[in-house]
Amino acid sequence: MNNTSEAAITVAGVSKRFGDLLALDNVSLSISQGEFFGLLGPNGAGKSTLISALAGLLRVDSGELQIMGADVRREYRHARRNLGVVPQEIVIDPFFTVRQTLQFQSGYFGVKNNEQWIDELLEQLNLTDKQDNNMRQLSGGMKRRVLIAQALVHKPPVLVLDEPTAGVDVELRQSMWRFIRRLHGEGHTIVLTTHYLEEAEQLCDRIGIINQGKIIALESKQDLLARGLGSKLLVRAAHTIETVPLEYQERIVRQQGRELELVLYRDRDSIMEILDRLRATSMQIEHVSVVNDSLEDVFVQMTGNGTGEVS
Amino acid sequence: MNWYSCYTLFRKEIARFVKVWLQTVVAPVVTALLYLLVFGHVLEGRVEVFPGVSYAAFLIPGLLMMTVIQNAFANTSSSIIQSKVMGSIIFVMLPPFSEWEFFLAYIGAAIMRGLAVGVGVFLLAIFYVDVPIYNFFIIMLFAILGSYVMGAIGMVAGIWAEKFDQIAAFQSFLIVPLTFLSGVFYSIKSLPPLWYELSKWNPFFYMIDGFRYGFFGQSDQPVVLSFVAMLIAAMGLTFVCMAILRSGYKLRDA
Repeated sequence: MNNTSEAAITVAGVSKRFGDLLALDNVSLSISQGEFFGLLGPNGAGKSTLISALAGLLRVDSGELQIMGADVRREYRHARRNLGVVPQEIVIDPFFTVRQTLQFQSGYFGVKNNEQWIDELLEQLNLTDKQDNNMRQLSGGMKRRVLIAQALVHKPPVLVLDEPTAGVDVELRQSMWRFIRRLHGEGHTIVLTTHYLEEAEQLCDRIGIINQGKIIALESKQDLLARGLGSKLLVRAAHTIETVPLEYQERIVRQQGRELELVLYRDRDSIMEILDRLRATSMQIEHVSVVNDSLEDVFVQMTGNGTGEVS
Repeated sequence: MNWYSCYTLFRKEIARFVKVWLQTVVAPVVTALLYLLVFGHVLEGRVEVFPGVSYAAFLIPGLLMMTVIQNAFANTSSSIIQSKVMGSIIFVMLPPFSEWEFFLAYIGAAIMRGLAVGVGVFLLAIFYVDVPIYNFFIIMLFAILGSYVMGAIGMVAGIWAEKFDQIAAFQSFLIVPLTFLSGVFYSIKSLPPLWYELSKWNPFFYMIDGFRYGFFGQSDQPVVLSFVAMLIAAMGLTFVCMAILRSGYKLRDA
C-alpha cells in the first residue's frame, strides 16, 4: 500500500445542491488508510451523493475531495486509479461475458496483462464457473459479485461499497464479508454504507452518520455506542411487578408481568443500588441481565428515524 | 494520453456492435441494397446525372455514404443512450479517461462501423453495376471524415438524450431528412434555384458530393470546398464534444 501518512479519503467543506434540496451541507471528514469506515444515514441523507462525488460521478458546488491525496477533479487520474466503487444499483453491460467485463474494466484503468488477478478475483468471489456466461444469465447475487470484482480489478487501495449486500442472501453475504475482511486485512481502506446496522457494528472501526446532508456523528464505534442512552437493565421477578420506585418511572422501557426493562446510564448508575431500591418495594428478583445499546439504537436516537430503516 | 485505456474502450465499442452484427451491419446493408434495386431499376435509363454515368452507378456512392454516416451516428448515439438508460455508463465514468480518450474511442468505433457497412454495401453493389473508382484515397478520406462528423453528432445526441425516443426523434427529424436532401438520389443542380441554394447549406451534401467525386472525378461542387466544409464541421464538432465532456453535462452531473 501507499504512504500511510496521508489520508485515504479527505472531504473538506463539501456542499452540493439539487434545486431546492441541499444534498450535502458543508460536509467534512477524513478517513485514514487501512480504516474500515461505515457511512450510515437514513434514505436520502446524502450518502450516495457523497460517494458519487468521491468517484467523480458528480461535481460538487463547493469544497474539496481527495483520494489518497489526489484531488478528484484536478488530479482525477491519480484519484480514480486509487478508488474502486461498488455501486448501489445492480448494473451490467449485457453484451459481454463475466470475464470480458473484467478484462475491459481492467483495460479502462490502463492495467495490462491482468489475467492472473482476474482469475483470483473470479475464484475468491465464486465466479470461476460462470466466467464465460453472459452477464444477463447471472442471478442478482452473482451480478453483485461481478460488480465487486469490477471495483477491484485495477487493485485500488481504497474500496467504497455502497450497500453491497442489499438483496443478497445470508450465505452469500457471509462469504462476501469474509472476502472484504480479507481485503481489509491486506491493507485496503474500506468505506461501507449498509442497510444492515449490525453489519456496520461488526465490521467497522469508525462510523459516520449523515442526516439531511450533514455529518451528525463521526467517531469510533465504541465512542458512538457510548453516546447512546447506554444500556438496559432487564429484571425478572418471582411475581407480577406492580410497583416501581418513583425515581425510575421515567426510565421504564417495558413493564410486563414479571418483567421490567429500565434504561441504564453507564456513567452514573450503580446496578447494585437500583436492585436494592427495587427489592425495597418487596420485589423478589429472580434474574438480572444487562443489554448494551446496539448501533441501531444509537442511530435511531440520533437521526430520529423510528423505522430503523437505513440505506 | 493513456492510449491503452482508449484502445480498450475502442475495442469494447467494436465488440459491442459486432456482437449484434445482424442488426448493426447486415440490416443497413440490406436496406441500402433495396434502395439500389428499387430506385436503380425504376430510374435507370430515364435520368443521367453525370455524362456517361448510369443512374445506378451514380446512386451507389450516395447510398453507400448515406449508410456509412447513418450508422456512424447510430453507433455512438445508441451506445451512449443505452448505457445511460441501463446505468452501465458508470463503468466508463469511474475509470480515469480523459475527454480525448473517451472521444477518440467512441468516434474510432463509429468510423469502424461506418466503414464496415460501407464495405458491405460496396461489395454487394458491384455485382449489380460497374462502379468506377477515380481516387480511392478521396473515397476513404470522405468516408472517414463523414463517419467522424456523424459519430460526433451521435455523441452529442447520446449525451443530450434521456430516453430512446429522443434519439429516434433526432434521427427521424434531423439525420434522415438531411441525408435524403443531400443529393443521395440526385444532383442538386437539378433542383429549383431556391432548393439548390438551400442544399448548399446542408452539411451532409458535402459528405456525399466529395465522396462521389472519389468515384467519378465529377461533383456538384469543387471537391476542395467539400473537404474544407467537412474539415470545419469535424473541428467544430470536436470542439463541441470536448466542451460537453469537460463540463460533465448529463454524464457527471446527475
